[in-house]
Amino acid sequence: MFPNRAAVESVGEAAQLAEVKGRSLWADARTRFFRNKAAVASLIMLGLVAAFALFGGFIAQYETDFVNFSLIGSNAYLGVPSLETGHYFGTDSNGRDLFARTVQGTGISLMVGIVGALVAVIVGTLYGATAGYYGGRIDGLMMRIVDVLMSIPFMFVLILMLVIFGRSIFMLFLGIGLISWLDMARIARGQTLTIKNKEFVEVAVATGVRPIKIILRHIVPNLLGIVIVYATLLVPNMIIFESFISFLGLGVQEPATSLGALINEGSRTMQFGYHWQIAFPLFFFVVTIFAFFFVGDGLRDALDPKDR
Amino acid sequence: MLSFVIRRLAVAVPTLLILVVLSFTLMYSAPGGPFNSERPLPPEVLANIEAKYGLDQPFWLQIVNYVWSVVTAFDFGPSFQYKDRTVNDVIAQGFPVTLTYGFWSFVVAVTVGVSLGVAAAIRQNSWLDYLAVGVSIGAQVLPNFVMAPILLLIFTLWLGWLPGGGWSGGQWQYLIMPVIALSTSYMASIARITRSSMLEVLNTNFIRTAQAKGLPMRRVIWRHAMKPTMLPVLSYLGPAFVGMITGSVVIDVFFSTGGIGQFFVNSAFNRDYSVIMGITILVGALTIFFNLVVDVLYAWIDPKIRY
Amino acid sequence: MSLLEIENLSVTFTTADGDVNAVNGVTFNIDKGETLAIVGESGSGKSQTAFAAMGLLAKNGRASGIARFDGKDLLSMSQREFNKIRSKDMAMIFQDPMTSLNPYLRVSDQMAEVLMLHQGISKSKAVKEAVRLLDAVRIPDAATRVTMYPHEFSGGMRQRIMIAMSLLCQPRLLIADEPTTALDVTVQAQIMQVLADVRNDFGTAIILITHDLGIVAGFCDRTLVMYGGQIMEEGPTDDIFADPTHPYTSGLLKAVPRLDKETVTLSTIAGEPPDMSHLPPGCPFSPRCAQILGNCRAERPALTTHGTRRRACHLPLKEVA
Repeated sequence: MFPNRAAVESVGEAAQLAEVKGRSLWADARTRFFRNKAAVASLIMLGLVAAFALFGGFIAQYETDFVNFSLIGSNAYLGVPSLETGHYFGTDSNGRDLFARTVQGTGISLMVGIVGALVAVIVGTLYGATAGYYGGRIDGLMMRIVDVLMSIPFMFVLILMLVIFGRSIFMLFLGIGLISWLDMARIARGQTLTIKNKEFVEVAVATGVRPIKIILRHIVPNLLGIVIVYATLLVPNMIIFESFISFLGLGVQEPATSLGALINEGSRTMQFGYHWQIAFPLFFFVVTIFAFFFVGDGLRDALDPKDR
Repeated sequence: MLSFVIRRLAVAVPTLLILVVLSFTLMYSAPGGPFNSERPLPPEVLANIEAKYGLDQPFWLQIVNYVWSVVTAFDFGPSFQYKDRTVNDVIAQGFPVTLTYGFWSFVVAVTVGVSLGVAAAIRQNSWLDYLAVGVSIGAQVLPNFVMAPILLLIFTLWLGWLPGGGWSGGQWQYLIMPVIALSTSYMASIARITRSSMLEVLNTNFIRTAQAKGLPMRRVIWRHAMKPTMLPVLSYLGPAFVGMITGSVVIDVFFSTGGIGQFFVNSAFNRDYSVIMGITILVGALTIFFNLVVDVLYAWIDPKIRY
Repeated sequence: MSLLEIENLSVTFTTADGDVNAVNGVTFNIDKGETLAIVGESGSGKSQTAFAAMGLLAKNGRASGIARFDGKDLLSMSQREFNKIRSKDMAMIFQDPMTSLNPYLRVSDQMAEVLMLHQGISKSKAVKEAVRLLDAVRIPDAATRVTMYPHEFSGGMRQRIMIAMSLLCQPRLLIADEPTTALDVTVQAQIMQVLADVRNDFGTAIILITHDLGIVAGFCDRTLVMYGGQIMEEGPTDDIFADPTHPYTSGLLKAVPRLDKETVTLSTIAGEPPDMSHLPPGCPFSPRCAQILGNCRAERPALTTHGTRRRACHLPLKEVA
């Protein structure tokens, strides 16, 4: 469900190597990234998907919650995708415009993915950097907590929480955030252990800079490469995760929607031949996930130029 | 080795206890739950719960009672929904189903994933490599809840080859689609991890030494490269296992297979807390056990790990 | 017929940034029981020459020219044919003993499989033979330690294991690629002693690849100096040390710290090693040469024979400083 840790960790090693060589890591990485055709194409795709989510609403001929009662029951021939009726993507089973709803669902899925990944990365980095910086018993305790949390089946606990405390976007964020920072914390800790022995950190310690400041000023910036790669790879996983929950009907609630919820609805009606109801949300889902994976892989390869 | 296992168990047991306490507390504090009696329960059910937990007793005594019965008798108590069933009955009915298709999915994901990854790495930049990479990238964006409807559409609605759902005691026709839907994305991840791990290993000095010894390629791969290649794959198996058990929720919903996932979702919507808790704890215990097995395997492969 | 004959050997690597010519037309040979040193700084193509002869070039590397072992053409061999002579007739030990042994297999397994493969003997016999060779390279308590994993040995011990492993089938040629570079100075001396014993006891021909002239003297019959993938000079070791005929060799010798002469500062060769993807058209050493002549930059000097020695330099023989 989450990005492979080993693949991301080598980015950190490469960053330190580049530092030794005294070359500009970021300039090199940019050149290499833009040489990667799949990654650049994916970046453009992501831009298009984002534009669709942001501005698609202006093109839509109907509001997301407008119910066209005349269509209910005759979905098969009146609700098909068509330019004439203005239902570019057709309508859903409740006679609502699928184009408008796909725009909304894409937006919410993107938001959940990005916010979820941001929360996870920020919490994980700070936690891991702190554990790694202090080391010793504090480190042992903090990482043991991570170990314990990791072996809890969080999806089930999350569903339990959603059932008990009601379904809301906030609960969803909380739940997703609870799980996904663990791996990031481990990565950040491992990298911090090597960074903290570097001269510039030792100098800072010797001159009496406060630990919090050292972590924020000296350690976290050096984790940036790894954090960016991990975050990019985490976003699609977060989207899949949210879609899974929404698919079960426990995520985003009506009238709002997400790609997962739309796929769920579409999968129920495809046996009647309403293929467009699953096709359009699925298309945006697949394109978004694909693009994020490729951009993430491209970033990783750019920052860690190893022959894979 | 034994002391290594014991030490790992020493961590596993408190983890499980934390999980039990956490779930019980969540359930206890649930608004509208049976423990604060805002929702009228059928009298028989209430009587069952009363007899089991003693609702008038303080929280800590209830939790101790619950933990005690889980630990000593593996008894998760009565259902909140059905008057005549216990959580154990539900688990006994659904768990074998989940284990069956879960086991096969796991086998398929690991064997196909590892073979594909190894083949791609050995024939790097051949059509086989591109095919394997293409398949594994494609499959990564097809999580189980996307795979399931697509499979249903193709094999049941269009081709009519396979039954659209049900279990029938786990006959193979009923197993195929659940197993494919559940295993595909994990198979893809395992193939990717195996490929990049094998490529890295093939570039190491000790593989060059093995080649300089005049060993045939087959032996170099199997005897020298396989063990280190499998280490990252092994670390991925823990999360993959959890993901597959979680995925059973989707499988059960789509294919009406009747595994624990189905009961879990039903209970979630009917607020049958004791069933949710029972399943959560059971899955937690399995996860912890599985991670233990993975750790032991890891230590067995890598001689540098001290027991 | 020489044991190993290399004629006009070139090695080229195809990379994303263009072709890299690591070895450019190298010719030399080595006879049975002879000891040859190939000396040069890193990137001079000395290791790639050996890899080409062993068929161990990286996937993006190509070798052209002629390489014959015992009269058999090496460059046209398939990996399957190579496997018949590797380790059996021609063995190699590597620079970094810490990573050259498989960390996941016992030393006994790694050594026994060579004998089981090439001589078809049983595992127990093979292990016995392995212990005998570990004794020969002076690994203490070899009989019990043979079942240990590589990480339980020190770097020097691991290099001894590598040497013992390479000698299992009593090969006629042993290529030692910087065998002491990664080791402490005292351990270096021990390893060189082990190699000297190997030569004396088994009569194995040895190619010693190194950048360290200090270990060459007193060990190798002949020395071959490489720069920029080309041979600069070759001849009997004692002659080369006493009377270098190439400015590069003489520069190298001056850079060796010596105990018998009182010098305050060590001289160094100014400049950087060449960029192998853009070698100068003339002599590869010309950009750094202190005695450069008019045609050095434009014309590549030919390798000419002078008695027992060969050199590639435009400078008249007598004028080398």
